[in-house]
Amino acid sequence: MAPPLKRSTRRRLTRGALYVLFILAVAVVVWLADWEAIRSNFFDLDVAVEAFPEILTVAAKNTVLYTAIAFVGGLLLGLILALMKLSPILPYRWAATAYIELFRGLPALLVIFGFAFAVPIAFGWRPPGGSAGAGLIALIIVSSAYIAETIRAGIEAVPPGQVEAARSLGMRPSWTMISVVLPQAFRIVTPPLTNELVILIKDTSLLFIAGMALGDRELTTFARDMVSSSANATPLVLAALLYLIITLPLTQLVAKLEKHNKRGR
Amino acid sequence: MSEAAPRTDVPAIEVRNLHKSFGDNEVLKGIDFHVDQGEVVCVIGPSGSGKSTLLRCVNRLEEPTSGTIMVEGVDITDDEMDLDKVRTRIGMVFQQFNLFPHLNVTRNLTLAQIRAKKRKKADAEEIAARNLAKVGLEDKATAFPTQLSGGQQQRVAIARALSMDPDMMLFDEPTSALDPELVGDVLDVMKQLAKDGMTMMVVTHEMGFAREVGDRVVFMDGGVVVEQGKPEDVLGNPQHERTKEFLSKVL
Ligand SMILES: Nc1ncnc2c1ncn2[C@@H]1O[C@H](COP(=O)(O)OP(=O)(O)OP(=O)(O)O)[C@@H](O)[C@H]1O
Ligand SMILES: [Mg+2]
Repeated sequence: MAPPLKRSTRRRLTRGALYVLFILAVAVVVWLADWEAIRSNFFDLDVAVEAFPEILTVAAKNTVLYTAIAFVGGLLLGLILALMKLSPILPYRWAATAYIELFRGLPALLVIFGFAFAVPIAFGWRPPGGSAGAGLIALIIVSSAYIAETIRAGIEAVPPGQVEAARSLGMRPSWTMISVVLPQAFRIVTPPLTNELVILIKDTSLLFIAGMALGDRELTTFARDMVSSSANATPLVLAALLYLIITLPLTQLVAKLEKHNKRGR
Repeated sequence: MSEAAPRTDVPAIEVRNLHKSFGDNEVLKGIDFHVDQGEVVCVIGPSGSGKSTLLRCVNRLEEPTSGTIMVEGVDITDDEMDLDKVRTRIGMVFQQFNLFPHLNVTRNLTLAQIRAKKRKKADAEEIAARNLAKVGLEDKATAFPTQLSGGQQQRVAIARALSMDPDMMLFDEPTSALDPELVGDVLDVMKQLAKDGMTMMVVTHEMGFAREVGDRVVFMDGGVVVEQGKPEDVLGNPQHERTKEFLSKVL
Protein backbone atom coordinates (compact mmCIF):
# COMPACT_ATOMS: atom_id res chain seq x y z
CA MET A 1 0.00 0.00 0.00
CA ALA A 2 1.18 3.48 -0.86
CA PRO A 3 1.87 5.75 2.10
CA PRO A 4 -0.84 8.46 2.60
CA LEU A 5 -0.04 11.68 0.76
CA LYS A 6 0.48 14.96 2.53
CA ARG A 7 -2.27 17.53 1.96
CA SER A 8 0.00 19.97 0.15
CA THR A 9 1.30 17.21 -2.11
CA ARG A 10 -2.23 16.13 -2.95
CA ARG A 11 -3.21 19.68 -3.77
CA ARG A 12 -0.17 20.09 -6.02
CA LEU A 13 -1.03 16.88 -7.85
CA THR A 14 -4.65 17.93 -8.43
CA ARG A 15 -3.53 21.27 -9.77
CA GLY A 16 -1.01 19.57 -12.06
CA ALA A 17 -3.72 17.28 -13.44
CA LEU A 18 -5.95 20.29 -14.13
CA TYR A 19 -3.18 22.04 -16.05
CA VAL A 20 -2.61 18.95 -18.18
CA LEU A 21 -6.33 18.72 -18.97
CA PHE A 22 -6.45 22.40 -19.87
CA ILE A 23 -3.45 22.17 -22.19
CA LEU A 24 -4.97 19.07 -23.85
CA ALA A 25 -8.25 20.90 -24.43
CA VAL A 26 -6.44 23.87 -25.97
CA ALA A 27 -4.43 21.51 -28.17
CA VAL A 28 -7.60 19.82 -29.45
CA VAL A 29 -9.19 23.19 -30.25
CA VAL A 30 -6.03 24.38 -32.01
CA TRP A 31 -5.84 21.13 -33.99
CA LEU A 32 -9.53 21.24 -35.02
CA ALA A 33 -9.57 24.93 -35.99
CA ASP A 34 -9.22 25.97 -39.63
CA TRP A 35 -6.41 28.48 -39.15
CA GLU A 36 -6.38 29.83 -42.65
CA ALA A 37 -10.14 30.53 -42.53
CA ILE A 38 -9.74 32.20 -39.15
CA ARG A 39 -6.88 34.37 -40.36
CA SER A 40 -8.58 35.53 -43.53
CA ASN A 41 -12.00 36.10 -41.93
CA PHE A 42 -11.10 37.63 -38.58
CA PHE A 43 -7.58 38.98 -38.87
CA ASP A 44 -7.41 40.52 -42.33
CA LEU A 45 -4.83 43.30 -42.10
CA ASP A 46 -6.12 45.21 -45.15
CA VAL A 47 -9.64 45.37 -43.73
CA ALA A 48 -8.24 46.36 -40.35
CA VAL A 49 -6.26 49.23 -41.84
CA GLU A 50 -9.38 50.42 -43.63
CA ALA A 51 -11.25 50.68 -40.31
CA PHE A 52 -8.89 53.42 -39.16
CA PRO A 53 -9.12 56.17 -38.17
CA GLU A 54 -12.96 56.18 -38.08
CA ILE A 55 -13.20 53.25 -35.70
CA LEU A 56 -11.42 55.48 -33.16
CA THR A 57 -12.46 59.01 -34.11
CA VAL A 58 -16.13 58.16 -34.70
CA ALA A 59 -17.06 54.75 -33.31
CA ALA A 60 -15.04 54.47 -30.09
CA LYS A 61 -15.53 58.17 -29.40
CA ASN A 62 -19.32 57.76 -29.70
CA THR A 63 -19.33 54.67 -27.49
CA VAL A 64 -17.53 56.61 -24.75
CA LEU A 65 -19.69 59.70 -25.29
CA TYR A 66 -22.98 57.75 -25.19
CA THR A 67 -21.86 55.86 -22.10
CA ALA A 68 -20.97 59.11 -20.35
CA ILE A 69 -24.28 60.78 -21.24
CA ALA A 70 -26.34 57.74 -20.28
CA PHE A 71 -24.44 57.28 -17.01
CA VAL A 72 -24.71 60.89 -15.88
CA GLY A 73 -28.38 60.98 -16.90
CA GLY A 74 -28.98 57.62 -15.22
CA LEU A 75 -27.27 58.80 -12.02
CA LEU A 76 -29.36 61.97 -11.76
CA LEU A 77 -32.64 60.26 -12.59
CA GLY A 78 -31.69 57.26 -10.44
CA LEU A 79 -30.95 59.52 -7.46
CA ILE A 80 -34.35 61.21 -7.80
CA LEU A 81 -36.07 57.82 -8.06
CA ALA A 82 -34.19 56.48 -5.03
CA LEU A 83 -35.23 59.51 -2.96
CA MET A 84 -38.82 59.09 -4.17
CA LYS A 85 -38.78 55.43 -3.21
CA LEU A 86 -37.60 56.32 0.31
CA SER A 87 -40.01 59.26 0.60
CA PRO A 88 -42.71 59.18 3.27
CA ILE A 89 -45.15 60.36 0.59
CA LEU A 90 -46.99 57.30 -0.67
CA PRO A 91 -47.71 58.33 -4.30
CA TYR A 92 -44.00 59.10 -4.80
CA ARG A 93 -43.11 55.64 -3.55
CA TRP A 94 -45.71 54.03 -5.81
CA ALA A 95 -44.56 55.94 -8.88
CA ALA A 96 -40.89 55.14 -8.26
CA THR A 97 -41.60 51.46 -7.61
CA ALA A 98 -43.72 51.13 -10.75
CA TYR A 99 -41.07 52.84 -12.87
CA ILE A 100 -38.22 50.76 -11.46
CA GLU A 101 -40.03 47.45 -11.80
CA LEU A 102 -41.19 48.27 -15.34
CA PHE A 103 -37.82 49.22 -16.75
CA ARG A 104 -35.87 46.52 -14.94
CA GLY A 105 -38.37 44.01 -16.27
CA LEU A 106 -38.10 45.00 -19.94
CA PRO A 107 -35.19 44.16 -22.25
CA ALA A 108 -33.16 47.29 -22.94
CA LEU A 109 -33.29 46.47 -26.64
CA LEU A 110 -37.06 46.71 -26.63
CA VAL A 111 -37.05 50.03 -24.78
CA ILE A 112 -34.57 51.52 -27.27
CA PHE A 113 -36.68 50.24 -30.13
CA GLY A 114 -39.76 51.74 -28.50
CA PHE A 115 -38.25 55.20 -28.16
CA ALA A 116 -36.81 55.17 -31.66
CA PHE A 117 -39.95 53.95 -33.46
CA ALA A 118 -43.03 53.46 -31.27
CA VAL A 119 -42.92 56.79 -29.40
CA PRO A 120 -42.72 58.94 -32.57
CA ILE A 121 -45.72 57.07 -34.03
CA ALA A 122 -47.77 57.01 -30.84
CA PHE A 123 -47.16 60.61 -29.71
CA GLY A 124 -46.03 62.31 -32.89
CA TRP A 125 -42.95 63.35 -30.89
CA ARG A 126 -39.42 62.81 -32.13
CA PRO A 127 -36.82 62.83 -29.36
CA PRO A 128 -34.05 65.39 -30.05
CA GLY A 129 -30.83 64.13 -31.60
CA GLY A 130 -32.43 61.74 -34.08
CA SER A 131 -32.13 57.99 -33.59
CA ALA A 132 -29.09 58.39 -31.37
CA GLY A 133 -31.00 60.79 -29.14
CA ALA A 134 -33.97 58.45 -28.89
CA GLY A 135 -31.73 55.51 -28.08
CA LEU A 136 -29.87 57.51 -25.44
CA ILE A 137 -33.08 58.55 -23.71
CA ALA A 138 -34.01 54.88 -23.56
CA LEU A 139 -30.59 53.95 -22.15
CA ILE A 140 -30.88 56.68 -19.49
CA ILE A 141 -34.32 55.42 -18.53
CA VAL A 142 -33.25 51.79 -18.29
CA SER A 143 -30.00 52.46 -16.41
CA SER A 144 -31.73 54.85 -13.99
CA ALA A 145 -34.01 52.02 -12.88
CA TYR A 146 -31.03 49.87 -11.88
CA ILE A 147 -29.03 52.75 -10.47
CA ALA A 148 -32.02 53.85 -8.35
CA GLU A 149 -32.06 50.50 -6.58
CA THR A 150 -28.31 50.65 -6.04
CA ILE A 151 -28.44 54.14 -4.56
CA ARG A 152 -31.42 53.24 -2.37
CA ALA A 153 -29.49 50.31 -0.94
CA GLY A 154 -26.56 52.65 -0.28
CA ILE A 155 -28.74 55.19 1.52
CA GLU A 156 -30.25 52.44 3.65
CA ALA A 157 -26.78 51.15 4.52
CA VAL A 158 -25.82 54.44 6.21
CA PRO A 159 -26.23 53.86 9.97
CA PRO A 160 -29.34 55.57 11.43
CA GLY A 161 -27.13 57.17 14.09
CA GLN A 162 -25.73 59.43 11.35
CA VAL A 163 -29.13 60.91 10.63
CA GLU A 164 -29.89 61.20 14.35
CA ALA A 165 -26.63 63.06 14.95
CA ALA A 166 -27.31 65.52 12.13
CA ARG A 167 -30.94 66.07 13.15
CA SER A 168 -30.02 66.50 16.81
CA LEU A 169 -27.72 69.33 15.71
CA GLY A 170 -30.73 71.05 14.16
CA MET A 171 -29.96 70.21 10.53
CA ARG A 172 -33.02 69.99 8.33
CA PRO A 173 -33.84 66.71 6.53
CA SER A 174 -32.67 68.06 3.16
CA TRP A 175 -29.26 69.18 4.43
CA THR A 176 -28.92 65.96 6.40
CA MET A 177 -29.48 64.01 3.19
CA ILE A 178 -27.13 66.17 1.11
CA SER A 179 -24.18 66.59 3.46
CA VAL A 180 -24.34 63.53 5.71
CA VAL A 181 -26.22 60.62 4.12
CA LEU A 182 -25.52 60.88 0.39
CA PRO A 183 -21.73 61.28 0.60
CA GLN A 184 -21.56 58.11 2.71
CA ALA A 185 -24.10 56.27 0.57
CA PHE A 186 -22.18 56.99 -2.64
CA ARG A 187 -18.97 55.82 -1.04
CA ILE A 188 -20.67 52.54 -0.17
CA VAL A 189 -22.09 52.01 -3.65
CA THR A 190 -19.09 53.06 -5.74
CA PRO A 191 -18.22 49.44 -6.65
CA PRO A 192 -21.75 48.46 -7.78
CA LEU A 193 -22.10 51.79 -9.59
CA THR A 194 -18.89 51.13 -11.48
CA ASN A 195 -20.37 47.76 -12.43
CA GLU A 196 -23.44 49.58 -13.78
CA LEU A 197 -21.08 51.72 -15.82
CA VAL A 198 -19.40 48.66 -17.35
CA ILE A 199 -22.81 47.17 -18.19
CA LEU A 200 -23.81 50.49 -19.74
CA ILE A 201 -20.70 50.56 -21.94
CA LYS A 202 -21.73 47.24 -23.36
CA ASP A 203 -25.39 48.22 -23.60
CA THR A 204 -24.53 51.12 -25.93
CA SER A 205 -24.04 48.34 -28.50
CA LEU A 206 -27.82 47.86 -28.44
CA LEU A 207 -28.25 51.31 -29.96
CA PHE A 208 -27.75 49.76 -33.42
CA ILE A 209 -31.44 48.80 -33.33
CA ALA A 210 -32.38 52.48 -33.50
CA GLY A 211 -30.70 52.79 -36.91
CA MET A 212 -27.96 55.34 -36.51
CA ALA A 213 -26.89 58.08 -38.88
CA LEU A 214 -23.33 57.59 -40.22
CA GLY A 215 -21.57 60.02 -37.89
CA ASP A 216 -23.60 58.79 -34.87
CA ARG A 217 -22.51 55.15 -35.07
CA GLU A 218 -20.87 53.61 -32.05
CA LEU A 219 -18.47 50.67 -32.07
CA THR A 220 -20.89 47.83 -32.69
CA THR A 221 -22.96 49.57 -35.37
CA PHE A 222 -19.80 50.74 -37.07
CA ALA A 223 -18.28 47.25 -37.04
CA ARG A 224 -21.47 45.56 -38.26
CA ASP A 225 -21.79 48.02 -41.13
CA MET A 226 -18.20 47.40 -42.09
CA VAL A 227 -18.65 43.63 -41.88
CA SER A 228 -21.45 43.79 -44.44
CA SER A 229 -19.60 46.16 -46.77
CA SER A 230 -16.30 44.27 -46.68
CA ALA A 231 -17.71 40.75 -46.28
CA ASN A 232 -15.10 40.23 -43.57
CA ALA A 233 -15.42 39.91 -39.79
CA THR A 234 -12.16 41.63 -38.86
CA PRO A 235 -13.94 44.86 -37.75
CA LEU A 236 -15.85 42.84 -35.11
CA VAL A 237 -12.56 41.63 -33.65
CA LEU A 238 -11.27 45.19 -33.59
CA ALA A 239 -14.46 46.38 -31.88
CA ALA A 240 -14.17 43.57 -29.32
CA LEU A 241 -10.58 44.61 -28.54
CA LEU A 242 -11.60 48.24 -28.12
CA TYR A 243 -14.46 47.29 -25.75
CA LEU A 244 -11.98 45.34 -23.64
CA ILE A 245 -9.54 48.24 -23.60
CA ILE A 246 -12.33 50.40 -22.15
CA THR A 247 -13.94 47.90 -19.75
CA LEU A 248 -10.98 45.98 -18.33
CA PRO A 249 -9.48 48.92 -16.39
CA LEU A 250 -12.92 49.60 -14.93
CA THR A 251 -13.51 46.03 -13.78
CA GLN A 252 -10.03 46.08 -12.25
CA LEU A 253 -10.99 49.29 -10.48
CA VAL A 254 -14.13 47.64 -9.08
CA ALA A 255 -12.09 44.77 -7.71
CA LYS A 256 -9.70 47.22 -6.08
CA LEU A 257 -12.50 49.32 -4.61
CA GLU A 258 -14.21 46.26 -3.19
CA LYS A 259 -11.02 45.13 -1.53
CA HIS A 260 -10.50 48.64 -0.17
CA ASN A 261 -14.07 48.82 1.19
CA LYS A 262 -13.72 45.47 2.89
CA ARG A 263 -10.56 46.62 4.61
CA GLY A 264 -12.25 49.88 5.63
CA ARG A 265 -14.94 48.10 7.64
CA MET B 1 -26.07 83.51 21.93
CA SER B 2 -29.09 81.33 21.03
CA GLU B 3 -31.69 82.35 18.46
CA ALA B 4 -34.67 82.94 20.73
CA ALA B 5 -33.95 84.43 24.12
CA PRO B 6 -34.16 81.51 26.53
CA ARG B 7 -36.33 82.06 29.57
CA THR B 8 -34.46 81.85 32.83
CA ASP B 9 -37.50 81.65 35.10
CA VAL B 10 -38.52 78.15 33.98
CA PRO B 11 -36.85 74.73 34.08
CA ALA B 12 -34.53 73.95 31.16
CA ILE B 13 -36.41 70.69 30.64
CA GLU B 14 -39.81 69.86 32.02
CA VAL B 15 -41.53 66.59 31.17
CA ARG B 16 -45.09 65.97 32.31
CA ASN B 17 -46.96 62.68 32.29
CA LEU B 18 -44.90 61.34 29.38
CA HIS B 19 -45.99 58.07 27.83
CA LYS B 20 -44.16 56.28 25.06
CA SER B 21 -45.02 52.97 23.45
CA PHE B 22 -43.31 50.98 20.74
CA GLY B 23 -46.24 49.03 19.34
CA ASP B 24 -47.77 47.22 22.30
CA ASN B 25 -44.68 47.71 24.42
CA GLU B 26 -45.24 50.65 26.78
CA VAL B 27 -41.73 51.83 27.61
CA LEU B 28 -42.48 55.09 29.46
CA LYS B 29 -45.49 54.95 31.76
CA GLY B 30 -46.18 58.49 32.82
CA ILE B 31 -42.90 60.22 33.52
CA ASP B 32 -42.68 63.51 35.40
CA PHE B 33 -39.20 64.86 35.18
CA HIS B 34 -37.37 68.15 35.08
CA VAL B 35 -33.92 69.64 34.85
CA ASP B 36 -33.43 73.15 36.22
CA GLN B 37 -31.19 75.61 34.47
CA GLY B 38 -27.57 75.01 35.40
CA GLU B 39 -28.46 71.72 37.03
CA VAL B 40 -26.71 68.39 36.38
CA VAL B 41 -29.18 65.50 36.57
CA CYS B 42 -27.94 61.93 36.31
CA VAL B 43 -30.43 59.27 35.25
CA ILE B 44 -29.65 55.74 36.38
CA GLY B 45 -31.52 52.46 36.20
CA PRO B 46 -31.39 48.92 34.88
CA SER B 47 -31.15 48.09 31.19
CA GLY B 48 -34.45 48.48 29.38
CA SER B 49 -35.94 50.79 32.00
CA GLY B 50 -36.50 53.54 29.41
CA LYS B 51 -33.62 55.94 30.19
CA SER B 52 -32.54 56.38 26.58
CA THR B 53 -36.12 56.67 25.41
CA LEU B 54 -36.78 59.48 27.91
CA LEU B 55 -33.62 61.32 26.88
CA ARG B 56 -34.40 60.94 23.19
CA CYS B 57 -37.92 62.27 23.71
CA VAL B 58 -36.43 65.51 25.07
CA ASN B 59 -35.24 66.53 21.59
CA ARG B 60 -37.91 64.44 19.88
CA LEU B 61 -35.61 61.95 18.25
CA GLU B 62 -38.33 59.73 19.67
CA GLU B 63 -41.97 60.80 19.13
CA PRO B 64 -43.78 60.76 22.50
CA THR B 65 -47.10 58.92 22.55
CA SER B 66 -48.65 61.41 24.96
CA GLY B 67 -47.64 64.01 27.51
CA THR B 68 -45.89 67.35 27.29
CA ILE B 69 -42.22 68.21 26.97
CA MET B 70 -41.21 71.80 27.65
CA VAL B 71 -37.77 73.05 26.75
CA GLU B 72 -37.05 76.48 28.24
CA GLY B 73 -40.79 77.03 28.47
CA VAL B 74 -41.55 76.02 24.87
CA ASP B 75 -43.78 73.02 24.27
CA ILE B 76 -41.76 71.02 21.74
CA THR B 77 -44.59 68.60 21.02
CA ASP B 78 -46.47 71.52 19.45
CA ASP B 79 -46.45 71.02 15.68
CA GLU B 80 -46.33 74.78 15.05
CA MET B 81 -42.96 75.09 16.72
CA ASP B 82 -39.68 75.04 14.77
CA LEU B 83 -38.17 71.82 16.07
CA ASP B 84 -34.87 72.28 14.21
CA LYS B 85 -34.30 75.63 15.88
CA VAL B 86 -35.00 74.18 19.34
CA ARG B 87 -32.60 71.32 18.62
CA THR B 88 -29.74 73.76 18.02
CA ARG B 89 -30.16 74.72 21.69
CA ILE B 90 -30.01 71.10 22.89
CA GLY B 91 -26.64 69.40 22.48
CA MET B 92 -26.72 65.63 22.31
CA VAL B 93 -23.94 63.10 22.83
CA PHE B 94 -24.50 59.47 21.85
CA GLN B 95 -23.09 56.26 23.22
CA GLN B 96 -21.68 55.41 19.76
CA PHE B 97 -20.29 58.96 19.13
CA ASN B 98 -21.92 59.17 15.67
CA LEU B 99 -19.26 61.40 14.21
CA PHE B 100 -19.51 61.93 10.45
CA PRO B 101 -16.85 59.53 9.15
CA HIS B 102 -16.48 61.23 5.75
CA LEU B 103 -15.58 64.61 7.27
CA ASN B 104 -12.49 65.61 9.21
CA VAL B 105 -12.77 66.80 12.79
CA THR B 106 -13.06 70.50 11.96
CA ARG B 107 -15.75 69.89 9.36
CA ASN B 108 -17.60 67.66 11.82
CA LEU B 109 -17.72 70.68 14.10
CA THR B 110 -18.57 73.30 11.47
CA LEU B 111 -21.16 71.48 9.32
CA ALA B 112 -24.23 72.12 11.46
CA GLN B 113 -23.01 75.59 12.45
CA ILE B 114 -23.02 76.51 8.77
CA ARG B 115 -26.11 74.57 7.71
CA ALA B 116 -28.35 75.05 10.72
CA LYS B 117 -27.07 78.23 12.37
CA LYS B 118 -26.11 79.93 9.10
CA ARG B 119 -22.76 80.94 10.47
CA LYS B 120 -20.00 82.07 8.15
CA LYS B 121 -17.36 79.43 7.52
CA ALA B 122 -14.58 81.47 9.14
CA ASP B 123 -16.67 82.13 12.26
CA ALA B 124 -17.65 78.47 12.46
CA GLU B 125 -14.02 77.40 12.22
CA GLU B 126 -12.98 79.78 14.94
CA ILE B 127 -15.70 78.43 17.23
CA ALA B 128 -14.73 74.87 16.31
CA ALA B 129 -11.09 75.52 17.21
CA ARG B 130 -12.11 77.01 20.55
CA ASN B 131 -14.25 73.97 21.42
CA LEU B 132 -11.60 71.51 20.28
CA ALA B 133 -9.19 73.21 22.66
CA LYS B 134 -11.80 72.90 25.39
CA VAL B 135 -11.80 69.09 25.02
CA GLY B 136 -8.01 68.99 24.66
CA LEU B 137 -7.86 67.98 21.00
CA GLU B 138 -6.67 71.13 19.22
CA ASP B 139 -3.98 69.04 17.49
CA LYS B 140 -6.60 66.76 15.86
CA ALA B 141 -8.36 69.42 13.77
CA THR B 142 -7.53 67.78 10.45
CA ALA B 143 -7.76 64.14 11.56
CA PHE B 144 -10.59 61.89 10.40
CA PRO B 145 -12.74 60.13 13.00
CA THR B 146 -11.38 56.67 12.16
CA GLN B 147 -7.89 57.89 13.05
CA LEU B 148 -8.96 58.68 16.62
CA SER B 149 -9.41 56.52 19.69
CA GLY B 150 -12.90 56.05 21.08
CA GLY B 151 -12.23 58.51 23.87
CA GLN B 152 -10.97 61.12 21.40
CA GLN B 153 -13.98 60.55 19.17
CA GLN B 154 -16.35 61.08 22.06
CA ARG B 155 -14.58 64.29 23.03
CA VAL B 156 -14.89 65.48 19.42
CA ALA B 157 -18.59 64.63 19.59
CA ILE B 158 -18.90 66.75 22.73
CA ALA B 159 -17.05 69.60 21.02
CA ARG B 160 -19.36 69.25 18.02
CA ALA B 161 -22.42 69.65 20.23
CA LEU B 162 -20.82 72.57 22.11
CA SER B 163 -20.08 74.36 18.85
CA MET B 164 -23.78 75.03 18.44
CA ASP B 165 -23.68 77.04 21.72
CA PRO B 166 -26.41 74.91 23.27
CA ASP B 167 -28.20 75.91 26.46
CA MET B 168 -28.18 72.31 27.66
CA MET B 169 -26.52 68.98 26.91
CA LEU B 170 -28.00 65.49 26.82
CA PHE B 171 -25.63 62.55 27.30
CA ASP B 172 -26.71 58.95 26.66
CA GLU B 173 -24.16 56.67 28.33
CA PRO B 174 -21.26 58.64 26.81
CA THR B 175 -18.58 56.33 28.22
CA SER B 176 -20.23 52.91 27.85
CA ALA B 177 -18.61 52.15 24.48
CA LEU B 178 -15.13 53.10 25.67
CA ASP B 179 -12.19 51.03 26.85
CA PRO B 180 -11.87 51.55 30.63
CA GLU B 181 -8.61 53.49 30.35
CA LEU B 182 -10.25 56.07 28.05
CA VAL B 183 -13.28 56.76 30.25
CA GLY B 184 -11.47 59.22 32.49
CA ASP B 185 -10.66 61.76 29.74
CA VAL B 186 -14.30 61.99 28.69
CA LEU B 187 -15.56 62.26 32.25
CA ASP B 188 -13.03 65.03 32.92
CA VAL B 189 -14.41 67.04 30.01
CA MET B 190 -17.93 66.54 31.34
CA LYS B 191 -16.91 67.58 34.85
CA GLN B 192 -15.39 70.77 33.48
CA LEU B 193 -18.61 71.46 31.56
CA ALA B 194 -20.63 71.02 34.74
CA LYS B 195 -18.27 73.34 36.60
CA ASP B 196 -18.78 75.96 33.88
CA GLY B 197 -22.48 75.87 34.67
CA MET B 198 -23.83 73.84 31.75
CA THR B 199 -27.28 72.33 32.17
CA MET B 200 -26.83 68.59 31.78
CA MET B 201 -28.97 65.47 31.64
CA VAL B 202 -26.71 62.43 31.83
CA VAL B 203 -27.83 58.83 31.47
CA THR B 204 -24.94 56.92 32.99
CA HIS B 205 -23.72 53.80 34.68
CA GLU B 206 -20.82 55.73 36.21
CA MET B 207 -21.98 55.98 39.82
CA GLY B 208 -18.79 57.80 40.77
CA PHE B 209 -19.57 60.55 38.29
CA ALA B 210 -23.19 60.76 39.46
CA ARG B 211 -22.09 61.10 43.06
CA GLU B 212 -19.36 63.64 42.39
CA VAL B 213 -20.88 65.82 39.69
CA GLY B 214 -24.63 65.27 39.84
CA ASP B 215 -26.85 67.81 41.57
CA ARG B 216 -29.62 65.25 41.49
CA VAL B 217 -29.90 61.55 40.70
CA VAL B 218 -33.04 60.06 39.16
CA PHE B 219 -33.56 56.31 39.40
CA MET B 220 -35.81 54.79 36.75
CA ASP B 221 -37.18 51.29 36.53
CA GLY B 222 -39.88 49.75 34.37
CA GLY B 223 -40.75 53.02 32.64
CA VAL B 224 -41.35 55.10 35.76
CA VAL B 225 -39.26 57.34 37.99
CA VAL B 226 -38.95 55.32 41.18
CA GLU B 227 -36.88 57.67 43.28
CA GLN B 228 -34.91 60.87 42.98
CA GLY B 229 -32.95 63.25 45.13
CA LYS B 230 -29.46 64.35 46.11
CA PRO B 231 -26.81 61.83 44.98
CA GLU B 232 -25.72 61.06 48.54
CA ASP B 233 -29.32 60.27 49.48
CA VAL B 234 -30.32 58.17 46.48
CA LEU B 235 -27.01 56.37 46.19
CA GLY B 236 -26.10 56.27 49.89
CA ASN B 237 -29.47 55.80 51.53
CA PRO B 238 -32.02 54.57 48.97
CA GLN B 239 -35.62 54.43 50.16
CA HIS B 240 -37.11 51.99 47.67
CA GLU B 241 -36.56 48.27 47.43
CA ARG B 242 -35.91 48.42 43.65
CA THR B 243 -33.31 51.14 44.07
CA LYS B 244 -31.52 49.13 46.76
CA GLU B 245 -31.57 46.03 44.59
CA PHE B 246 -30.20 47.91 41.57
CA LEU B 247 -27.46 49.64 43.55
CA SER B 248 -26.39 46.41 45.20
CA LYS B 249 -25.71 45.04 41.73
CA VAL B 250 -23.76 47.98 40.31
CA LEU B 251 -21.84 49.34 43.28
N1 LIG C 1 -36.92 51.90 18.37
C1 LIG C 1 -37.44 50.99 19.20
N2 LIG C 1 -38.36 50.11 18.76
C2 LIG C 1 -38.90 49.19 19.59
N3 LIG C 1 -38.58 49.06 20.87
C3 LIG C 1 -37.66 49.90 21.39
C4 LIG C 1 -37.04 50.90 20.56
N4 LIG C 1 -36.18 51.61 21.34
C5 LIG C 1 -36.25 51.06 22.56
N5 LIG C 1 -37.14 50.05 22.61
C6 LIG C 1 -37.48 49.25 23.80
O1 LIG C 1 -37.78 50.12 24.84
C7 LIG C 1 -37.31 49.62 26.08
C8 LIG C 1 -36.50 50.67 26.78
O2 LIG C 1 -35.36 50.95 25.99
P1 LIG C 1 -34.31 52.06 26.39
O3 LIG C 1 -33.26 52.05 25.33
O4 LIG C 1 -34.99 53.35 26.64
O5 LIG C 1 -33.72 51.49 27.73
P2 LIG C 1 -32.46 51.97 28.57
O6 LIG C 1 -32.95 52.25 29.93
O7 LIG C 1 -31.77 53.08 27.86
O8 LIG C 1 -31.55 50.67 28.57
P3 LIG C 1 -29.97 50.53 28.41
O9 LIG C 1 -29.37 50.77 29.76
O10 LIG C 1 -29.79 49.11 27.99
O11 LIG C 1 -29.51 51.51 27.38
C9 LIG C 1 -36.54 48.36 25.78
O12 LIG C 1 -37.35 47.27 26.09
C10 LIG C 1 -36.32 48.42 24.28
O13 LIG C 1 -36.35 47.14 23.74
MG1 LIG D 1 -29.94 53.27 26.78
